[in-house]
Amino acid sequence: MKLKTKSPIGAEAIEAKGWIGAHRFLILRRISQAFFLSLFLIGPWFGLWWVKGNLSGSLTLGILPLTDPFIALQSLVAGHWPEMTALIGALIVGVTYALIGGRVYCSWVCPINPVTDAAHWLHDKLNMPKGWQPKANTRYYMLAMVLAVSAATGTIAWEFVNPISMLHRGLIFGVGFAWAFVLGVFVMDFVLARRGWCGHLCPVGAFYGLLGRGSVLRITADKRAACDDCMDCFAVCPEMHVITPALRGGDDDTPLILSPDCTNCGRCIDVCSVDVFHFTHRFDKTPSPGRVRTPSNSASGADKAA
Amino acid sequence: MSAAKRPAKAIDRRRFLQDASRGVAGCALAGMGLGWLATSTARALPAQALRPPGALAEDDFLAACIRCGLCVRDCPYDTLSLAELGVDAPATGTPYFTARDVPCEMCDDIPCVVACPTGALDHGLDRIDDARMGVAVLIDEERCLNALGLRCDVCYRVCPVIDEAITLEQSHNARSGHHAIFMPTVHADKCTGCGKCEKSCVLPGASAIKVLPHRIALAEAAEHYKLGWKENNPLVDELIDLPDRLPGPGTDNLVAPGGYEPAFKLPGGPGQ
Repeated sequence: MKLKTKSPIGAEAIEAKGWIGAHRFLILRRISQAFFLSLFLIGPWFGLWWVKGNLSGSLTLGILPLTDPFIALQSLVAGHWPEMTALIGALIVGVTYALIGGRVYCSWVCPINPVTDAAHWLHDKLNMPKGWQPKANTRYYMLAMVLAVSAATGTIAWEFVNPISMLHRGLIFGVGFAWAFVLGVFVMDFVLARRGWCGHLCPVGAFYGLLGRGSVLRITADKRAACDDCMDCFAVCPEMHVITPALRGGDDDTPLILSPDCTNCGRCIDVCSVDVFHFTHRFDKTPSPGRVRTPSNSASGADKAA
Repeated sequence: MSAAKRPAKAIDRRRFLQDASRGVAGCALAGMGLGWLATSTARALPAQALRPPGALAEDDFLAACIRCGLCVRDCPYDTLSLAELGVDAPATGTPYFTARDVPCEMCDDIPCVVACPTGALDHGLDRIDDARMGVAVLIDEERCLNALGLRCDVCYRVCPVIDEAITLEQSHNARSGHHAIFMPTVHADKCTGCGKCEKSCVLPGASAIKVLPHRIALAEAAEHYKLGWKENNPLVDELIDLPDRLPGPGTDNLVAPGGYEPAFKLPGGPGQ
């Protein structure tokens, strides 16, 4: 339920754009997640070896090497200089995400995302309390900790517990008890901490966020003047703090969402009935006037009304 | 109205320090747990789990292996698998094989090493005979058929480095008194640890000959012992090399020509 109209989140968007229109990027994202997972699964399941390996490292069509740059970095600080194949693979992945937004990995590829999304959906349905909410920047401390432990123990430390690799590798190579890590993340996000894992703690997300700081692909709140303060975008955004500077900015503030935490998931675009948000590039200089502030639409006014 | 435009207040600094120390403390705690896991898992590599050919020493291996499984995919004999969590195996997701189940077939082109993108399997390994995955050890001499005096010879026959890595050493069979024992004997400097001997041992259940990791199978050479038959140099350079008392001229051996009468004679000694 939302604060202002007491109607369910996204109801106006569905009315204005139809169900498909109001879930466009969500559907595309699920298709993308399924696509990247199935690329890895058609080998072991049907003997079609287009892609071998897993998200940590893979070889596509026998020619394209890909390596997780965060794992490569841990390997480097652990004291191993990888072969050229792994370095090239990490470079390709790194450059790609640096251009399209590091955390595109989180929302469009990472197999843990559907798990935490499901946990959040259930959390919301059952009206659970927010629970433990560590600072959003705790993930950077986690990132520093992982690199420190990698250097101190001389191992690729995060791979001993990383739920992403546990799940992805488990699905492709056999899971053992690794599902326990995945269940752990689900339970944490469901019961203990709303959006706890991806939104606060995961060092992989932190790494990719930093990687994509200067990403070209960005979401803009260019039609922010049309915002009717329904708050639906804040309700669906997995990193809601990224919206405020763009949406609530004045005429001189950029409407681009430039925070490295933004995952480019596009849910804000889906859920906005007046189409405030769009995908664009970071050099987009289209003038975008801020909202005309009246007592009824100012943020503080809305808060007080609630 | 945004927070950034507000002038920083002392309370903000205090808040920041509190939040930062909380974050650091929490992550340090998590880091200790992770560090413990990283080191204890490394130590817990079970003895029957063998690394693929060319694998770096275990400490270096865990810094290099990204657990992608490309070596597993390119092994034509499905020898390798990635360790699963909770199964009696090395660090989760790292490649290994169990010789008694599927041994290494020692491909000439070593596809698993070629597939490794990081060099956790050393690309410098170009002859599979140079691989050192472990060392075979005849571990149960009480049940090995050859050790009992029978002629099984299977481990010797299947060895890809036959007559070098495993030889049959002949000795007297004291039990029967007139037979020989052909003892399978492993030479660690030639054994690749492929595990074909362990795989083919005819005994039911576990094998009498097992491939073990080097750290378990091999002792360290004792530097403080000189093997006189290999090295003639005395321990101390200035040591006076006394003449050996061999029969011959100039000694007190009367039997040899040129020998002389000793200064005194032991009662009941020679010549009385």
